[in-house]
Amino acid sequence: MMFGAFRPARCAVLAVGLLGVFAGTTAAGTAGPAAAAPPGAPATDSWPTYSGDYSGQRFSPLIQINRANVKNLTLAWTARLAGGADSGGGGPFAPPSPPTIVGGEAAEAVVTGGVFSSAAPISVRGAILQVNGVLYVSAPDNAWAVDARTGTVIWHYYWKTKGGTHTANKGMGLYGDWLFMETADDYLVSLDARTGEERWHKETASFSEQFFSEAAPIVIGRHVLVGAGNDSDAAGALRSFDPETGDLQWTLHTVPMKEGDPALGSWPSLDAARHGGGNVWVTGSYDPETHLYIFGTGNPTPAYVPRGRDGDNLYTCTLVAVDVETGKMAWHYQTSPHDTHDWDSAQTPVIVDADFDGKPRKLVLQATRNGHFFVLDRVTGEHLLTSRFAKWGKWVKELNQSGQPIRDPAKDASVGGSLVSLDGWTNWPPPSFNPQTGLFYLRDLESYGLLYYTEKDPRGAMGLGGVARGGQVSLGSIVEAIDYRTGKVVWERSFGPGQGLVGMLGTGMLSTAGGLLFTADSGDNFVAFDARNGTPLWHSRLHGVSNAAETYTLDDRQYVIVAAGDTVYAFYLYE
Amino acid sequence: MSWRGGTGVAALATVSVLALLRVLSVEAAEHVQPATAGGGQASTAGEDFPRPPSDPAAVARGKQVFSVNCSFCHGSDARGGEGGPNLLRSPIVLNDRNGEAIYAVMLAGRVDKGMPKFNLTLDNAADIAAYVHSIPIGRGAREAFDPKSIVVGDATAGRAYFYGKGHCSQCHSLQGDFAHIGSRFDPKTLQDNIVSGAAATMLGAPLPTAPPRTVTITLPSGEVIQGNLISIDDFNLSLTDAAGNRRTLPREGDRPRVEIKNPMQAHLDMLRNWEDRDIHNLTAFLVKQQ
Repeated sequence: MMFGAFRPARCAVLAVGLLGVFAGTTAAGTAGPAAAAPPGAPATDSWPTYSGDYSGQRFSPLIQINRANVKNLTLAWTARLAGGADSGGGGPFAPPSPPTIVGGEAAEAVVTGGVFSSAAPISVRGAILQVNGVLYVSAPDNAWAVDARTGTVIWHYYWKTKGGTHTANKGMGLYGDWLFMETADDYLVSLDARTGEERWHKETASFSEQFFSEAAPIVIGRHVLVGAGNDSDAAGALRSFDPETGDLQWTLHTVPMKEGDPALGSWPSLDAARHGGGNVWVTGSYDPETHLYIFGTGNPTPAYVPRGRDGDNLYTCTLVAVDVETGKMAWHYQTSPHDTHDWDSAQTPVIVDADFDGKPRKLVLQATRNGHFFVLDRVTGEHLLTSRFAKWGKWVKELNQSGQPIRDPAKDASVGGSLVSLDGWTNWPPPSFNPQTGLFYLRDLESYGLLYYTEKDPRGAMGLGGVARGGQVSLGSIVEAIDYRTGKVVWERSFGPGQGLVGMLGTGMLSTAGGLLFTADSGDNFVAFDARNGTPLWHSRLHGVSNAAETYTLDDRQYVIVAAGDTVYAFYLYE
Repeated sequence: MSWRGGTGVAALATVSVLALLRVLSVEAAEHVQPATAGGGQASTAGEDFPRPPSDPAAVARGKQVFSVNCSFCHGSDARGGEGGPNLLRSPIVLNDRNGEAIYAVMLAGRVDKGMPKFNLTLDNAADIAAYVHSIPIGRGAREAFDPKSIVVGDATAGRAYFYGKGHCSQCHSLQGDFAHIGSRFDPKTLQDNIVSGAAATMLGAPLPTAPPRTVTITLPSGEVIQGNLISIDDFNLSLTDAAGNRRTLPREGDRPRVEIKNPMQAHLDMLRNWEDRDIHNLTAFLVKQQ
């Protein structure tokens, strides 16, 4: 098998990563879980960051639950989470719940409209942290601490929002006893993990410029890295904050902000660049050896009407490596030059040490919303491989010499309507890489619709404007297992179209050394698949599985947790 | 997978397709965002990025001052013009509260970029801010667009495709289900439905009112169950049987044997293969069926 091809680098990444997370515990003088994992050992008893570690692999070395016994997986507990300002004390017939701690700058929470309303039912779509037997769960404007052994809610924090697009809160970051959460109205909120009391909140992006902040902050050393989304015409940025004070440490803009910027040649003007998007709204991965944080950026703006932004539009739809200490860019690779379809390349990059072309390499893998899979050298940014995982590629004119897909302008929005994917071929729900199978698992979303150019103003459009959509129809989603060495799909499993946003986005992946891949089908069933071939081995019908599964051990039992809407489910083996 | 397992082109029930077209039109209409009226009123409920309400009188004054002093370069709608940038997306303007930031720029000018100094008051700037902030951007700013404007194809070629390569006439008839279809639907709805089969929701999942997929299940005992499919995945299949009863059966691998016929399959099979030109030509042909 391929196992021998992999050096145990992941353990090193994980161990150093944990040191990074907890290094500040002592400095801050709090009783931290520094003993949670001795250096060199994988953190199998916690899930301390967005991806469980810094690699983005979402692979667990745990084997207690495995192919042979997963059929005996059973429910340990459920936790149904109530949101809003008065979730506590739900009357004499409600289960006891703690009082809600309320924060926020708004006098009253603002109800936003549309599909992504702030008043939408609670849906846990992001990562759940688990440290020292406590789960930290978030949804837009809400955070909870939950006892990881019982599912009991320990505290609940509610943020009164000023508004902002509420799509999905993607999770929290942790530094010792300090939690960090982004809010849709652009604050970084730090909570005391023990009590849920607010330590401070800081404005991290301009609400007036229509930013919305929903990424999971990630803590690396004494840096809290924060990004934001924007569907208007604003400049994307990654920002680093001090975990103790919340002070801004550095800002890395993802589009040129001044004359002389080396990327300015990829824009027609500085004005276009400064309104060019490239937002940072999905948490990246970190390589402790090089101190490089690697993340993907979003689409250029205006999104669909590219008039006025001729050129490649760097660094939008780009994989970027930044030195965490200085905030300086080390390398970049643009996975979608001059995107015209709102196909972000923000998806989680996955750090892997493995053989490539017969040589051990330090790699980064990414599957992007434009339907392509990329392999790069993560130290230098050298391009190694591009393949298309999407079943349809009529929008691509060619792959250029650098392996970049170059679009066919005929598939841009057009007056008569252009048939394309309206939502892209994969989205932010994270992929997984299993070093034992050498397979990269992702959700390929296959839907089509017509994109009409409707802008009459010769000056072009703003933001997502200037187009109309129509005729969207989904063929469902496909879980694909890609051999990272060839980019070829080794196995795949198709599911029918799911309902609502969960169906549109699909759910993320978790793979384990037990030979399992956990994910949802079209949304109803939470399924354990054989990681080698996609055979379903166990399932539970949770309806509307809304986040990617996670796993860890507590009291020598391996748990698998997953959320469906407002409920977190914990499974372990029946004994 | 089996949900796509229907083969061949089944006859399309005329009545249900027409019903579907109507349902979809209504659904589409419900999702149209009304253009925000502007006018500096308090943010309407549902705005994602509400601003504090501004005084309508200030908006009116600001519009006047703007048109005299600013619109030549920045456009009468503030979206840019002769040399001046689009102010609606300017961070200075967006982050301005009551004219204070705009005032600073007006006072100093941007001589290097060709903007002169303006001898206006802070009150003028506050009015200009009120006006510019009253112009909707983002979700509320979508312009109405004419669904008739999308017809770009060649009707003669569309006719040839309808009866020839497209095999449309195997299910549809201009004397039957498609009689006068061009007068019953606007061109965009018509074209959207060529792609979707008029059977999918906004996000692409099947509408509950989509024409039923029929299913034939052969149990290991040899018993055959037939009905309309409700749902199917790797573990369960639900159907309404011929007697109108809902039945749910467990599935394991290939058992029981399931055969599905989806009357929309021809539309689904086209998705990976469409040429935009053929879609446009078909539309041009069908809109003529008045």
